[in-house]
Order: sequence, then structure tokens, then C-alpha cells
Amino acid sequence: MSWTGKILRVDLAKGACTTEATNMEWAHDYMGQRGLATKYLVEETDPTVDPLSPDNKMIFATGPLTGTIAPTSGRWSVVCKGPLTGAIACSNSGGFFGAELKNAGWDMVIFEGKSASPVYLDITNDQAELKDASDLWGKSVWETETALRERRGDPDVRVASIGLAGENGALYAAVVNDMDRAAGRSGVGAVMGSKNLKAVVVRGTVGVTVNDPMALMKTSNAAKEALAENAVTGTGLPTHGTQVLMNVINEIGALPTRNGHDVQFDGANDISAEAMAEVRESDGEANLVSNHACFGCPISCARRSKIDPTHFTVKDKPQYQIVSGGLEYEAAWALGAANGVNDLEALTYANFVCNEQGLDPISLGATIGAAMDLYSAGAISQEDTGGVALEFGNTEAFVAMVEATACGEGFGKELGQGSRRLCEKYGHPEFSMTVKSQEFPAYDPRGIQGMGLTYATSNRGACHLRSYTVASEVLGIPEKTDPLVTEGKAGLVKAFQDATAAVDSSGTCIFTTFALSGEDIAPMVDAACEGDWSVERFVEVGERIWNMERQYNIAAGFTGADDTLPERLLKDAAKSGPAEGSVNRLDEMLPEYYEQRGWDTDGVPTAETLGRLGL
Amino acid sequence: MKITFKLFAGLSAYLPSDATRNSTEIDVQLGETVHQVIDRFNVPREEAHLVMINGIYVSPEQRDLSEIRAGDTLAIWPPIAGG
Repeated sequence: MSWTGKILRVDLAKGACTTEATNMEWAHDYMGQRGLATKYLVEETDPTVDPLSPDNKMIFATGPLTGTIAPTSGRWSVVCKGPLTGAIACSNSGGFFGAELKNAGWDMVIFEGKSASPVYLDITNDQAELKDASDLWGKSVWETETALRERRGDPDVRVASIGLAGENGALYAAVVNDMDRAAGRSGVGAVMGSKNLKAVVVRGTVGVTVNDPMALMKTSNAAKEALAENAVTGTGLPTHGTQVLMNVINEIGALPTRNGHDVQFDGANDISAEAMAEVRESDGEANLVSNHACFGCPISCARRSKIDPTHFTVKDKPQYQIVSGGLEYEAAWALGAANGVNDLEALTYANFVCNEQGLDPISLGATIGAAMDLYSAGAISQEDTGGVALEFGNTEAFVAMVEATACGEGFGKELGQGSRRLCEKYGHPEFSMTVKSQEFPAYDPRGIQGMGLTYATSNRGACHLRSYTVASEVLGIPEKTDPLVTEGKAGLVKAFQDATAAVDSSGTCIFTTFALSGEDIAPMVDAACEGDWSVERFVEVGERIWNMERQYNIAAGFTGADDTLPERLLKDAAKSGPAEGSVNRLDEMLPEYYEQRGWDTDGVPTAETLGRLGL
Repeated sequence: MKITFKLFAGLSAYLPSDATRNSTEIDVQLGETVHQVIDRFNVPREEAHLVMINGIYVSPEQRDLSEIRAGDTLAIWPPIAGG
């Protein structure tokens, strides 16, 4: 119950779609979505596989609560081995596609092999068929989604697709659904492109059967009430969006600026939530048009924006003079502060391009920042960049690099490989602000100590969404801790990691946890699913998933030596703000973290730990 | 003495009209506490969730005790989050 009990397996080489039963024993141990899909990947693939080879598999996965009446139940994930990192990749998206897939009757779709020519998968309830996509290859996400909706003649179909970035093998290409929601990180879009799979279009009218409908209605209503009454999820996020963090993180001196040279950006307010709401002189409109909600979400944190039509990025391009997905905090930081660019309209344009061609704006922005660092150091010149003066703060140069990367042209091809490969090629690996080859996001670990441990130990490479200790260290949720101390952070990171893995496997959004705890979420899973889902079991599933991902990475060749941070964060002290004079003190946290995890001193889970978790 | 006073998100409406981009310079008395400044500008105390002096968090218990010094930056947000 709540699981559909069905998996669609798509053999792209043979062009065959087959139906099989979901392994319910695994579903009970790994819940769904992130956990269950990773279990399938672990069981069915060699961890040393080349991520872009046909032998890598890619799984579109829903959770047991996806598509139900539970609040924020629009979540779904793409799981595969990641081409940017070589580690496990699990990228989570919202919108409406996941709920539609679940309502079509599928827990997951497993893609294997590679099609000889471009195809898309067409799903209507239990009918699934691969169709020719030759005419769509070379098209953007926006063009593809529009074409498939028209082709189906049904405005209610949902589409997930790749743009030029995924086709061209940019290693941080995204899978984009519903025009501007994305499974954005770790390059899952490049894996999709490597399989010659352009898109998945789905229409689902079967519905989702749950174990105890009345109990789910009761627990869901209680959760919705709590989300509405909470000041953050009921007012703060819908009104201001995630972008409200820009000034907060700048004020505490943890805003990575100009590729981590600084921790405060004097242009922060120019690219903030407050700036998005300001009326422009040029056209009398604000950048922010409205907020927007994913399927079943009462929070409605997403932004809808319109770029100033007189801005140089769009003045001759009517296709961008539309209302579309606006800046989130991580994107605004990466595209802006990381490059020293404070032009809100240019950042919004770059964000539109990321959605249009399917790119992760975090890795894109951070990689351009690294390239600007190389340019400043004289390691690259205009000969390399195609005549572009790639200086920090140069808006026109930034925009040129965004466009080149999205289309895989010129120097953009190199930028599309990510900052680790770029900086190694030009002799400065220390310029790459990455962990396990993935660019870190919008929190400088010199100013927020726990985020250093979060990045260093994240199973998919540097990421804030594996344990968002910012909630505690900065925002006071669930309780305030001091961002400048390391004491207690090992336990805090572990607790956030396990809880997040569980929420990511349930089919709901991690943003609910600003207002809800396991005490609220586990009862919804318990109502929807068979078996007893206590809070303890919910969190244990999260811990099991974390250790399974760790084991996958170890089998893929990673060791404890990879649990580290860029030298800049460990050796170059912050120059301003409360953390002035400080570096990240990872060495004070990592051994305790290993101990609390039940791992040995090399970061390998002990036999006792694996046994306790049934791994 | 002068300090920089910043109100963000939904609190910006409580700033004086001469403020630009969420920030203004104000006069404070020697010994004036955080709560006294918050009250003077009619910011509801329950809305002053995230309070910082020079980027360092001031807990609710400290707001009657923390005196403000010349040149400080006092910045305040309502309950917000992101990620």
C-alpha cells in the first residue's frame, strides 16, 4: 500500500519496456525514492562502472508518500552513479512530474543500456513505449516540453527532459521537469544524455492507494496545520523564498565570495530577496512576479520572475521576456557572489538559461568563479576564453560563459567539465572549491563550522542538502547552536544526515522539517504504508541508507582521504566578519563523526555497524 | 553615538523613511539595549527572531542585557529560512 508495487524497466538497447513487481522486502528496509532506488542500483550495477557508459543505470524514483494527500508530496529523485563525482548520485526534484508518475502506477522507472538513436519514453498509466526523438534532439528543455505536450494533445501531461547540456555531456547537466524544477546536482542529466534518452512524458490517472486513508487524512491535516502556523513555512518561505538568506549569510560572514577569496560580498543586497521585490525604474515592475507551489505543497517557496525587458541579456530575445522560474538562494549565490557579479537581472537570465538547457546553477556558477580565479592568476588568458576578459565582477563575461557552457561551445566545453577538472588542467587544483569533485554551495565553512563536516562527508560530493546544519547553526531550527564552534557538530551532522535520508526516501520535501519533525512525518508514512513506521524505524532507515551510500562509494574507490575540504577553507583564514582569522577546523570534527557513525578511523563502517543496520 | 541599523524581509517597513536598501544610520544612547532599540522602532519583539550585532547572534535572553557600542551594526530578521 502506498507503494504501487510496480517497477517499469526500460531496456534502451532493445527498445523494450517490461513490468516487474517492486521488491517489497527492500521497500520495507529502504522506504522508497532515494533509499529504494539506491538499493536497486547497488544490487544491479558495478560501483566501478564508467558513469557515462551503457552499463550505468539511471532510476527515476518516487517515494511512498509521493502523489498522496500528504503535504509536499510532489518529490521524486533521479539515482545513478554520478559523472561529475564518480560517487553515488541522487538528485531530488519537485514540481508535478513525480506525482504524475506515481499516479500512473509506478514506484520507479529503471533505465538500462543505451539507445542506438534518440528516444523518449511515453507513459500513460500502465502503457509505456519508447518513441523516436530524433526531431527533439538539439532542442532545449522548454522546446521539448512544449513539443511533447502539443504532440500528446493533453495539457495535463508532465515532462522531464534534458537540454543541450545533457546532450553534450556537461558533467553537471540536470534533468528538468515542469519547465523549471530540476534534479539538478551531480550530473544526472549527462547520464540521461549518454543513454540517448531525451525525455519522459507521463500521464497518470490510476491514483495512489494508501493503507489507512482516514489516518493519512488525519495526520496530513495535522502536518498541514503545523506548516501553516509555523512562521517560517507559513509566512517566511512563501513571502520571501529561500533568497531571504542572502543578507543573513553575508551578515554572519559565511557567503563564499569570488571563488572563496572572501566571505562577505558587498553586492549581496543587490541580488537578495529584498532586491527581487523592489520595483525597477526601467519598467515599473519588480523582478519577482509571484511565488509558486509544487504538487500538494502548502509552503509555496518557489519564485516566478520576469527579467527587465530592457536589460542587455534579453532586449532582443523575446523568448526570455517571460515569467519563469526565478532565483533561489543557492543559484543567486553561485551565479552572483561566487563570481563577484551583482547584476540581479543577469543572474535571473543565467538561471533561465540553466532551466532552458538543463544545467545545475550551483556547479555552473562555482566553475565560472574558478575560471575567473585562473584568469586572475594568469593561468588562462583571452586565448583560452575566446577573447573574453574573464575578470571577477565582469557581468558581460559571466553571461558569455553561461551561454557558452549551456550550448557546449568554445571555452564553455571546458567549463562544462566542472571546476576540479578545469583547475587541474590549468595547473591550479587548489582553485577548485569542491569535495569529491562537486562544487560546494552557498555557505562558507569558515563561518559555519558544521557545514565543513557536512561537505566533507556528503556521499554525493559537497552539498548542503545532505545535512542542512545551517538550520541550527544560523537560523535556530530546531535550536540555536554557535556556528563558530566545532563542539557538538559531529552529532549534529549525523542527526541531520540520517533524518534527511529518511525524508528524501518518503516522497516529501526536506523544507517541511523547518516546521515538522520525525514525530509528524513518520505517522504519515505509517498511515500510508503497511507495517509499523515508528519514528525510530524512520530514522534507522535513514541511517541504513547513509551507510549503504557510503559502502557504494568505498566500492567505487573513495576512501577517508576524500572526506576533506579545499585547502583554501582549511588554511586561508576568513578576512572579515565574525569568523575573521578562522579556518574550518575539520580535524576537530571528523574523528568524532567517524566514531559516532560506528566507522573505523579510516572512515569504513565496521562489521558491527553494518550488522546492526542489516547491511 | 551612531550605529548602523538594518531590518530585513517583512521588518523593513519599520525602518525610517530615509533608509536605503534595508539599512540606515541611527543614534543610540550610551547603555541602550537591543530590546530598547527594537521597541523604539516599533518592531514587534516576537517578530525579531534573528538578531545580530556585527553578525553575531544575540539570544532573546541577552537582548535586555546587550548594550550597543558606537559603530556597531544591529541587524534583525523575522523567522525565515532557505536552503
